[in-house]
Amino acid sequence: MSTTVLTVDDSRAMRDMLRHSLAAAGFRVIQAEDGLHGLEILEEEMPDVIVTDINMPRMDGFGFIEAVRKDETRKALPVLVLTTEVDVEKKNRARAAGATGWIVKPFDPVKLVDAIRRVSA
Amino acid sequence: MEDPMAAIRETFFQECEEQLAELESGLIAMENGSAEAETVNAVFRAVHSMKGGAGIFSLDALVRFAHVFETALDKVRSGTLAATPAVLSVFLRAADVLADLVHAARENGKVDEARTAAMVAEFDQINEAGESNASAPKPSAPTAGLFESAPSPDNETRRYWEIRFVPHLELYAKANETAILLRELRRLGEIEVGLDTSRLPELSEMDPEGAYLSWHIKLMADCDEAAIRHVFEFVEDDCELFITPPEEAKGFAPGTVITGDNGFKFEFFPPPEMNELEAETVAETAPAAPPPRESSAPVVKSQAVEAIAAKVESAAAAPVTIRVDLDRVDRMIDLVGELVINEAMLSQRVLEAGIARASGVAMALEELEHLTREIQDSVMAIRAQPVRSVFQRMPRLVREVAAQTGKQVRLLTEGEGTEVDKTVIERIADPLTHMIRNAIDHGLESTEKRIQLGKPAEGTVKLTALHRSGRIVLEVSDDGGGINRARVKQKAIENGVVAPDAQLTDDEIDNLIFLPGFSTAAKISDISGRGVGMDVVRQSVVALGGRISISSRPGQGSTFTLSLPLTLAVLDGMVVSARGHTLIIPLGAIVETLKPRATDVFPLDRDLNVLALRGGYVPMVDVAASLGYCDQFIEPEQSVALLVEGEGGMRAVLLVDAIHGQRQVVIKSLEANYRAVPGIAAATVMGDGRVALILDVDAVVRNARSEAGGRTPEPLALAEAS
Repeated sequence: MSTTVLTVDDSRAMRDMLRHSLAAAGFRVIQAEDGLHGLEILEEEMPDVIVTDINMPRMDGFGFIEAVRKDETRKALPVLVLTTEVDVEKKNRARAAGATGWIVKPFDPVKLVDAIRRVSA
Repeated sequence: MEDPMAAIRETFFQECEEQLAELESGLIAMENGSAEAETVNAVFRAVHSMKGGAGIFSLDALVRFAHVFETALDKVRSGTLAATPAVLSVFLRAADVLADLVHAARENGKVDEARTAAMVAEFDQINEAGESNASAPKPSAPTAGLFESAPSPDNETRRYWEIRFVPHLELYAKANETAILLRELRRLGEIEVGLDTSRLPELSEMDPEGAYLSWHIKLMADCDEAAIRHVFEFVEDDCELFITPPEEAKGFAPGTVITGDNGFKFEFFPPPEMNELEAETVAETAPAAPPPRESSAPVVKSQAVEAIAAKVESAAAAPVTIRVDLDRVDRMIDLVGELVINEAMLSQRVLEAGIARASGVAMALEELEHLTREIQDSVMAIRAQPVRSVFQRMPRLVREVAAQTGKQVRLLTEGEGTEVDKTVIERIADPLTHMIRNAIDHGLESTEKRIQLGKPAEGTVKLTALHRSGRIVLEVSDDGGGINRARVKQKAIENGVVAPDAQLTDDEIDNLIFLPGFSTAAKISDISGRGVGMDVVRQSVVALGGRISISSRPGQGSTFTLSLPLTLAVLDGMVVSARGHTLIIPLGAIVETLKPRATDVFPLDRDLNVLALRGGYVPMVDVAASLGYCDQFIEPEQSVALLVEGEGGMRAVLLVDAIHGQRQVVIKSLEANYRAVPGIAAATVMGDGRVALILDVDAVVRNARSEAGGRTPEPLALAEAS
């Protein structure tokens, strides 16, 4: 069974980009448009890894990660955040919220796949 | 077939158009003052999102400009730059420049570079202005190269790295996984893994989510240190990582710890049994090494610093909260109480009106009942607080008592996050303090004796909180000697509490310590108080509607279990009637209900009967008579009897006409609304709108027993300890 990745990003272009890169690497991709949408999806399906943006309407990445970690069954679910190289503070906030690792934007597909592989069993 | 990247690129530009529109309307709203709090976030997000997308397609000019714009917007968002009309004017013009850049990128057209540069200069100005206004400007230090490898040391011969890896709890909390890290390490070369289990506690003491294990890894790989660090990139702040380059290495990768002349030796690593103090010593020798690279974490941090950092981090992760005046919450609780009563009244009316249960009205009413119950629970949850605040006071207490008694004590706590009503929290501190003092002073043996018995010199006291069947349960357990049953029983006999020939179970003997004035301590100590024993604890617990019990295993320790209602605003009560009056008896006080037989009733006096109950005698109280509803006593055989337990474990049998069931009632203070009435604790409003009084079981029991005076031998109060 292929690894399933849930991507959470409000930008269509970014979602398409993620889907394209991840599908090419053999991952199964499910997509959410923001944190709340991501949580709705998690109610129904458990991915192997989550990749989430930080800046999103309705529920941002920090709130989303915290909500993910609140559920006992999702404590061991790896969550990677998309950050830019200058977002050190955001990276730390995301880590404090329970993020497993981070992917620096603009990412290239190789690094993206590498980061996912480094956190998934 | 269409190029997927071209399609994504097209989507990106479509999205840019939407974001440019959002940006403009947001900025205009900010300018004319109609902006909402969310507007500035949306504006920031629009620019940020464009920058992110542009990065994918290497639209560098767009990325650079969006970055400058975003930086200024972030300052407005965080309040370090005021959105003055001048600043907003710059933003609006910048939005135009950004739009031009987007269009140019889409059509591969030219951009007016001079205009862009001028705009950037304007941003520099307002950024500077913002900087000087800001109380604490925080320059965003670029940490370029999070994914880049550090320059490799010149020597690339076959290497034998030694890595010591000590994960912290936080590592696991973020869903990182040691096995995966080892797997990644193996991709670099051959590895030999040694597991250090020396910090693993006894199974009984182990926190299943604790971080006890650490690893020694030998890695044979032609790689540089950066490659190893890359594996640990996500976890470097959540572990201790010591990387020593192989002996062959001529130069040292930056950040390597050198601990002495023979620093490359494996033995020089902190040995497995290394304690925290030694870890800090190692850390202090670290400055001998060159300063670590900017982009990688310091190699060694003292555990103390780590611990503080972890605390700060977890504080930062706390959910968003608001402060609310407690009066407002209490007012809401009152109103919800009214709602519950009203709903109950409505249900009763509907029932009385003979409306069928399956009718629409009845069903809607049922829905309302559920909803009301849910609202009540939610409102109660607002007042709920974790017991952490109380638990946090205990380590200090333990240190003090340990110092006074000369014992070595370790306090373990569990379930600090368990929530309970604020009113209850305020009142559990005292009993807990007492129980912990008692556990250390009386429970734990002296250090010498423990060593003699082959136990660890350090005694353990464990404090646990958990929810169980709608109540909060607090447990204080120690690994001391347990209760000396022979001595307790002897003392009870000496005091006349039990008959010399009484057959008591172990449990019954243990629970004798809750009787007033009962203390088996060889000498009265300052710590556990003078004659203020567990009976005081029991009293305050029972006053809260709680129960306390003890279980003990000789030589292995004792556990005090304290259970309390989650709130003091509602009460689980037994609805009874006494001569036509409806009364509520707190369920927590009721031990059992029974039907007395005439042969078991012994009159002591004209107005006092006792009931023979499993070898003891318990005074009987006619509730109606004791409250003055009548002066004719009810025939015991015509009545229903409730065995209740008041403070200090004193028992009595209450006689009522009938039991009508159990229900949760909202407590209304009688004192606040009328005046204090002896024998009545509070009042409530029933479904039919009538006021029912809540019996003050303690007062009634006390009254009965004082009437009994010295005429009856102290009954075996705890014979049926449950």
